[in-house]
Amino acid sequence: MNISDIINPANLVYQKTKVMNDTPMHYCPGCSHGVVHKLIGEIIEEMDIQDKTIGIAPVGCAVLAYNFIDIDWQQAAHGRAPALATAVKRLLPDRYVFTYQGDGDLAAIGTAETIHACNRGENITIIFINNGIYGMTGGQMAPTTLKGMKSSTSPHGREVPINGYPLNISNLLAQMEGVCYVTRQSVHTMGSVRKAKKAIQKGFENSMLNKGTSIIEIVSTCSAGWKMTPAESNNWMVENMFPEYPMGDLKNI
Amino acid sequence: MNQHKKEITLLKGNEAVAHAAIRCGCDGYFGYPITPQSEILETLTELEPWKTTGMVVLQAESEVASINMVYGAAGCGKRAMTTSSSPGISLMLEGISYLAGAQLPCVIVNVMRGGPGLGTIQPSQADYFQAVKGGGHGDYKMITLAPASVQEMADFTVLAFDLAFKYLTPTMILADGIIGQMMEKVVLPPYQPRRTEDEIKKECPWATLGKPADRKPNVINSLRLEAADMEKLNLLLQSRYREIEKEEVRFEEFDCEDADYIIVAFGICARICQKTVQLARAEGIKVGLIRPITLFPFPTKQINRYADRVKGMLTVEMNAGQMVEDVRLAVNGKTIVEYYGRMGGIVPAPDEVLIALKTKFSNIES
Repeated sequence: MNISDIINPANLVYQKTKVMNDTPMHYCPGCSHGVVHKLIGEIIEEMDIQDKTIGIAPVGCAVLAYNFIDIDWQQAAHGRAPALATAVKRLLPDRYVFTYQGDGDLAAIGTAETIHACNRGENITIIFINNGIYGMTGGQMAPTTLKGMKSSTSPHGREVPINGYPLNISNLLAQMEGVCYVTRQSVHTMGSVRKAKKAIQKGFENSMLNKGTSIIEIVSTCSAGWKMTPAESNNWMVENMFPEYPMGDLKNI
Repeated sequence: MNQHKKEITLLKGNEAVAHAAIRCGCDGYFGYPITPQSEILETLTELEPWKTTGMVVLQAESEVASINMVYGAAGCGKRAMTTSSSPGISLMLEGISYLAGAQLPCVIVNVMRGGPGLGTIQPSQADYFQAVKGGGHGDYKMITLAPASVQEMADFTVLAFDLAFKYLTPTMILADGIIGQMMEKVVLPPYQPRRTEDEIKKECPWATLGKPADRKPNVINSLRLEAADMEKLNLLLQSRYREIEKEEVRFEEFDCEDADYIIVAFGICARICQKTVQLARAEGIKVGLIRPITLFPFPTKQINRYADRVKGMLTVEMNAGQMVEDVRLAVNGKTIVEYYGRMGGIVPAPDEVLIALKTKFSNIES
């Protein structure tokens, strides 16, 4: 047997989705963004909706999402992705429109746009990356930063009397009548990746069923911002983030 | 309906904007209530164009959301617009800068009220600087049209869309509370259908309508991480602004050929000063009037043409003296340029302007 017998299309069991291009990723080792990008690419390919999908990129580490996923994109001002998505979906109702937002983008500066898009029941899919930190700007405190968690702007740990509480925005959004699906997932194990993929796909499918807004929160790691190795980050996330942001569906109509 | 018959109707300026938007094939309106322009959103929701032309009308949660909805719609090559009044426009400036940076066409109407701060709901022209000098961050310009009648509120809505798409730039109609609120006869523009998706693809090959297999992804974006790329984008924008300055200056002049003094005024002040010109001429003072219609591009050369021939110019503005700076730049020291204005929502009267003219130029002999 030589190598061409092995590398043969008949033996192919898995390959990189064509919706992901070959641009080298700028994400840090251990970061969840790359996996979530790949899942979105796979879902778009499998649903055969590349020509019907418009992504809205945030401000934050994923600002360059359009460099990796081969679809039409609009890059939004910080926090405004749900407003853009609202207009895109209303004017192009037969398209799949999703936003990809971090915790600072979605739950701090863009809280109003997020809540009101959800309250109107916009038929969009919101992918919400929650790593409890502002990654792009160098690890500052986010609305979802845990109590006592250190960041560059809470160097002694988040103190409730000064900074308030971690904002569990998915719980808030799950209460809204315009929202049909809220789920909290992660991508730190093979099993969790598969579950997250199903959740994202469901969110995409919901957007064509006129049921309202779908939110898929991915509790994520930021090893650079957390100043840990990728393996340490995964463990830290399970031990510290999951108790505050438990896995599973919060709403599924 | 007989399309050839002119439809004359009596409307408020704000209502005229709403009717004209529907008629000129606007795809989406996104707005938030604020006095003195709420009739635009009210008229649109009353007319329910989503049942006729398919135009989307949405009351947003804020001006911040409105302008970003406009961004989303414009990014799809759609004809999108928003309207507001001064404090609301301040909230939109971030979005306007992004629209300019992303080279997106859209129409923004500012029915100005007195400021600063929450100010007053009475008419003002105090957002001149904000509109023509940038307002938001970064080096950008907006084509700025200054209507002086209800008819122009309708006409400029159509024109603003055409200019926005011609130059891929946000375009502003800078009106004021009087133009928005007053009622006049108006001939509404003829109906033109909203563009089909195929037409949009042809006119706007950059639009995010979904990536077919045979083209690269379209990305609507103002981010350039490399400084050299960012400078390139700036140079492109600047070259477009120079082209706009060359091609799109619009102005009107009255009685300037023999004038000793020229009043320069825009919007409602130009209407008021037409009367001032009559009053002055009745007293034997040869006064003319130049009305800039485009505030950017400013009619610099057209004003400069008279700089050697007059004894002085007077700008009349409902602000603390903003356009006066551009008129001074236009004449470049060749003649004296004075300013007269009222602030905070006060509208000057024609005779008051004549007194100001006589006071400023004490050498006037009638």
